[in-house]
Amino acid sequence: MFLLRLLLKNAFRHKLRTGLTMVGLVVAICAFGLLRTIVDAWYAGVEGSSSTRLVTRSNISLTFALPFSYGQRLKAVEGVRQVSWANWFGGIYITERNFFPQFAVEPVSYLALYPEYRIPDEQKLAFYRDRQGAVVGRKLADKFGWKIGDQIPLRGTIYPGTWNFTLRGIWDGAEAKTDESQMLVHWAYVNEWVRQRYKGRSDQVGVYMLGIDEPNNAAVISERVDKLFANSLAETMTETEAAFQLSFVSMSEAILVAVRAVSLIIVVIIMAVMANTMSMTARERLAEYATLKALGFPPGFVVRLLFGESLLIALLGGLAGLLLTLPLAAAFAKAAGTLFPVFQVSGLTMALQVLAALVVGAVAAAWPAWRMSRIDIVQGLRHVA
Amino acid sequence: MRWLPWRYMARNLWARRVTTLLTAGGMALVVYVFATVLMMSEGIRSTLVATGQPENMIVLRKGAGAEINSAIDRGQAAILSTLPGIATDANGRPLVSAEPVVLINLPKRSTGKPANVTVRGTSALGAQLRPSVRMVEGRMFRPGTSEIVVGRATAEGFQRTELGQTLRFAGREWLIVGRFDAGRSAFDSEVWGDAEQMLQAFRRNAYSIVALRLADSGLFEATRARIEADPRLALEAKPEQRFYAEQSEALATFINILGLSLAVIFSIGAVVGAMITMFAAVASRVGEIGTLRALGFRRRAVLVAFLVESLLLAGLGGLVGLAAASAMQAVDVSTTNFQTFSEIAFRFVLTPRIAMQTLAFALFMGMIGGCIPSWRAARLKIVDCLRAA
Repeated sequence: MFLLRLLLKNAFRHKLRTGLTMVGLVVAICAFGLLRTIVDAWYAGVEGSSSTRLVTRSNISLTFALPFSYGQRLKAVEGVRQVSWANWFGGIYITERNFFPQFAVEPVSYLALYPEYRIPDEQKLAFYRDRQGAVVGRKLADKFGWKIGDQIPLRGTIYPGTWNFTLRGIWDGAEAKTDESQMLVHWAYVNEWVRQRYKGRSDQVGVYMLGIDEPNNAAVISERVDKLFANSLAETMTETEAAFQLSFVSMSEAILVAVRAVSLIIVVIIMAVMANTMSMTARERLAEYATLKALGFPPGFVVRLLFGESLLIALLGGLAGLLLTLPLAAAFAKAAGTLFPVFQVSGLTMALQVLAALVVGAVAAAWPAWRMSRIDIVQGLRHVA
Repeated sequence: MRWLPWRYMARNLWARRVTTLLTAGGMALVVYVFATVLMMSEGIRSTLVATGQPENMIVLRKGAGAEINSAIDRGQAAILSTLPGIATDANGRPLVSAEPVVLINLPKRSTGKPANVTVRGTSALGAQLRPSVRMVEGRMFRPGTSEIVVGRATAEGFQRTELGQTLRFAGREWLIVGRFDAGRSAFDSEVWGDAEQMLQAFRRNAYSIVALRLADSGLFEATRARIEADPRLALEAKPEQRFYAEQSEALATFINILGLSLAVIFSIGAVVGAMITMFAAVASRVGEIGTLRALGFRRRAVLVAFLVESLLLAGLGGLVGLAAASAMQAVDVSTTNFQTFSEIAFRFVLTPRIAMQTLAFALFMGMIGGCIPSWRAARLKIVDCLRAA
């Protein structure tokens, strides 16, 4: 108890310096947490994927379509319970800046495959009935202030022209990690439009989504599907939804690595600042420590004093940073809107933030503590005079 | 008025080596991040801008935005090749290349994970349209065969891209017969083959884009107006340079915004570090300040002395950070450009402008960090100072 009081008194002896160090710590720990959350958000699609869904796409690359006729053959594959399909629509809402994903899907089977998209039954039915209808996630609807019945104009890039969709339903995610920033429209409507304009380019499907009975069979079923279409005009590549999503994440790997590296750099920066503070503190208290030693306190006591003080400051700053991260993350999520479908500070991130603060505190005190434990009493006392 | 000598300020930094080192080190890291970000977005920009030729024009389907979204059928391509104002090669053929552009998945060397690689079907004319492309190994593909050549960055970044190996896509084995260098442009990240063979293999009956060379870049407006007025076409034409610059915009802007907001947050840490150091410098030299003032140095001289010391500190950090960042120029990076959905290789580019911005940023941090402590030093009363000493 006495030691703690001494530590507190010591820590706040130089109010300005301690205050400044803490500001630095708060900023650093906060930034560290936010950066980790950004990286996590990148992986949100992977987290939100289900182990009972497989994705079948062309094995050349995602930009190649599969024939519509594959749907029937996929249904016959052993272990496949449900089949649905989706095309990337690639529409622009007013300007490119308002990017959000749109998929042209077969509505009934698609929503059956995604039970985590919770839509009231009457909205669901309204969507099924209206070929020009659309459903969107709650987050997307909130971002643009859409209400049910609104017209949503999109400028097509893959399907050129101006499209008007009527909003028929809004889904809420069953869990926090469920994507609420997409828009779904009718595949049949888009396909009909293609059939009228571009002969021979209709009846194409971007990806097939397969619902399987048993997650453990994913590998076997994938192999079965790919074997079925091997050496055909459009060979397939089937993988779990998680692997499919990961392939998108790995595309921006270079950026993710950079963000990760940067989140560590900031910890190093603050380490330098903190180490500087502690070494200055130690230098100033040289005489004090010499006195303590002269009074008979062992060198370990001085070491504990320095470590304790450093850890105390680091912990206080770290906790303040941690507390500040939550409202900041919420504000950031609001500002970024649909850019990151899911933006949440994870428990692991918070734990790492505290750990980072402790490491900074410990490392900062190491050098001064080592030096102070070894000072010569006489020299230290002479320093006063 | 008399100013304090430079030596005084510099020596003070030397006298407190450890502190100087730690503070300047923190600043150097911030400056390093700041500079690397600018260099990265500059690298992406210059790679894509270098891809375009001033006299070249690229024609896409209206509203397509990117090559892979676009489609131009054979009829439209034939109309385009008869436009007036198109340059001709030595044999009198118009310099027009109708090209299918598709993406295929190849596993990366570094991770083994697949990434999208652009495959371009082209011809001898297409190669003439891009004078920056030259073969560095092997030979060009022969027209009418399943031969392909790979760009330098593709060959370095992806598995199974050695000369003599084959890539399997679109139901065929494609033999790699050459490797080309495109002078650090986006073509470096591509694979080229024969246009007609590609159309066959991918079962397409439309090209993606048409690239053409104008006899004179002044003809651009007239040609564009002609293309856009033609009801058979429904296409849009862009100068090649502008087209590629637009392709880099989103990624470069994204990196800029992400990186600069990081740098600003970091700079708070570094400024705090500088402030702590300078406050301590002032506190430990109260007696000295008093003596200087008593000797007749004005308040302003003391203020400037401490400010310069802080600026020197920041300048030191800035130079170290910049030096570390300039070492990054040797590093090749590749990432997916989400505008084109394909892999692009680039390197960090340090321009004099970026170097200036970086140093200015460092000095700015030093200025902010040093101004309050210096002001405090200048405000000290002579009597108090001397008494404290």
